[in-house]
Amino acid sequence: MSSAINVQNLGKKYILSHLQQERYTALRDVLANGAKFWKNKLLNRGASASDPAHEEFWALKELDFDIQQGDRVGIIGRNGAGKSTLLKILSRITEPTTGKFKIKGRVASLLEVGTGFHPELTGRENIFLNGAILGMGKAEILRKFDEIVAFAEIEKFLDTPVKRYSSGMYVRLAFAVAAHLEPEILIVDEVLAVGDAQFQKKCLGKMNEVGEQGRTILFVSHNMAMLSNLCRHGIVLDAGRLTFQGPISDAILNYYQSSGEKNNLGWEHESANAALVSSELIGLGQALEVTIHDQLVIRMKYRIKQAIAGKCVPNFHFFAPDGTVAFVSNADNVGSLPPGDYIVECKIPGNLLNEGAYFVGLAITTYYDTGSFEVDFFDRNALTFNVIDPMDYRSNRYGYGGPMPGLLRPKLAWNIEKVSQ
Amino acid sequence: MAPAIPKQNLKCDGCRQQMSDNQILEIEAGRSERHYWNDLWRYRELFYFLAWRDILVRYKQTSLGIAWALIRPLLTMIVFTIIFSKLARLPSGNIPYPLLVLAAMLPWQFFASAIAESGNSLIGNANMISKVYFPRMVIPVSSVIVSFVDFLISGVIILAMMLWYGFSPDWRLLAIMPLMVLVFATALGIGFWISALTVKYRDFRYISPFMVQLGLYVSPVGFSSDIVPEQWRLLYSLNPMVGIIDGFRWALLAGESPLYWPSLLISIILTLFLLISGTMYFRKTERRFADII
Repeated sequence: MSSAINVQNLGKKYILSHLQQERYTALRDVLANGAKFWKNKLLNRGASASDPAHEEFWALKELDFDIQQGDRVGIIGRNGAGKSTLLKILSRITEPTTGKFKIKGRVASLLEVGTGFHPELTGRENIFLNGAILGMGKAEILRKFDEIVAFAEIEKFLDTPVKRYSSGMYVRLAFAVAAHLEPEILIVDEVLAVGDAQFQKKCLGKMNEVGEQGRTILFVSHNMAMLSNLCRHGIVLDAGRLTFQGPISDAILNYYQSSGEKNNLGWEHESANAALVSSELIGLGQALEVTIHDQLVIRMKYRIKQAIAGKCVPNFHFFAPDGTVAFVSNADNVGSLPPGDYIVECKIPGNLLNEGAYFVGLAITTYYDTGSFEVDFFDRNALTFNVIDPMDYRSNRYGYGGPMPGLLRPKLAWNIEKVSQ
Repeated sequence: MAPAIPKQNLKCDGCRQQMSDNQILEIEAGRSERHYWNDLWRYRELFYFLAWRDILVRYKQTSLGIAWALIRPLLTMIVFTIIFSKLARLPSGNIPYPLLVLAAMLPWQFFASAIAESGNSLIGNANMISKVYFPRMVIPVSSVIVSFVDFLISGVIILAMMLWYGFSPDWRLLAIMPLMVLVFATALGIGFWISALTVKYRDFRYISPFMVQLGLYVSPVGFSSDIVPEQWRLLYSLNPMVGIIDGFRWALLAGESPLYWPSLLISIILTLFLLISGTMYFRKTERRFADII
């Protein structure tokens, strides 16, 4: 495999101006600044190196990475981390300030759904227009026209101006056109967040199909489920710098760890009854990994602060990166406990969770004898770990190397019996 | 309405894709792109589609539709004929005054609308510029093409008027082709300048309509440039439209309106200058369009 995208020392600088309200320069400013410049020069006031009205802002800085041909890469980062700027540079909409990049093959970028759609034009006309804007030729659009219309499910409204479309129809049509591009490299910004669930699924299916044809995909999304479904590798950006590059589940984990800290500060970690003291994972290797066959122990230290007429029950919540609950487990056989510090341990057996990143939420709930209950604390993203599959004989993969769907992958008792010749 | 689409370039489409298969694109900060003109050629269909879009959109939900391309110059011609010929009593030689006006009106209206449309074309398509890559030159060029289509349609008027007056053009009519190329190039050169400048300085949204409005009175549209005193003729020709309009009159009106050759020469030189400098300025500023638009 060779690299499809190679990025070296890429940077993008913007100048922020603080005094002006308009984003564009008015002619008078140029004239005024020109005058000021000469005045300064004549009066020899020194260099105007630190102009308070203009501040440099590096949206991207010193980016180096390499993307293999046929790879599907997710780009993760908080708002303002530089994801969109990176996509804009790679799709040649804007120029880098420093560094360079090489791209092999035809690039199609989908930074927005329906770019160039004209509301006055009909669906049919917009298919041609949008296709041409995205880089398709007339013949290519004609060839795929029926497919596009079928995918968008707008046959009936083909000759209606797009301005009369519902927003769902609009988005479907726009995505359908883009989905039928056949680039070697597809760059997609957060565009699948629109449309209903069924259509999202269809889009994702289409993207998967594109990926399986050996095309390279670069995908930005905040939807971690989508990312972990679609991508193989991930790049984490933080404040314009690349902080991590590796398998997608590791990247998601890394992203949550770096941004999760802030979240935790906000949580209440105690009530009048109980408090969280500390927590840890036992049995993790480097990089917070545990192989799918090995057990993992979650240990939580907590304090019961007063004697109460109820039971303080520790319970652990397991989440997938997209927030889906894998399962919740309550502690066994908890009685009324006197005040003091306690350690609770919970063993997660091997061969239960599927590959991927998981988050553990730690909680204590007090169940009163009257039948009511009360949550003492709930730290939603207290711990994270990553389950990896060593792909050995125990995985029952029989040579299959792709992802196995599902949050759980328990080893169950199977039995095969011969019943006839 | 489906666009008229020729089928013959199916084959070419395939080879284009093949060609780009193994093409390596390298972009380095601060270096101008080597592929630009190739890209412009690759996106040639976009010229057609954008122009097609603008023409379609222009006459959507109008009941007279494309007839507007005829009505506007026709009405202007009537008004100009009344004002300059009947009221101001300007001379027109042997030519019927409406023909004299029309022969100038058509290239002038093409020029004026091309400047207005292409000047605003980039900010009008800001959304596309900030979301998709294509050579940005496609945008002002296709808006000049749109005005050119109107120009060709309104050519019908002058043919009809010639028939009406029983006026037959001669061999000089052949000069109309190079003259059209010339006026197209002038509009394009100024269009490059103004559209690129408007992205950065929105002042040009106000400057250019004003210039065009003023230009109508300083260009020989409603009158013949013969009425300009001889000693001012050269200076007057510094307006590139003077030579072009005189050229159109000379070509269309069978030499009844004599051509002042120096002014045509000046027009050609000015056009070349505008086109080359406009292209250079556009190319230089183009890479930052997405950041500042």
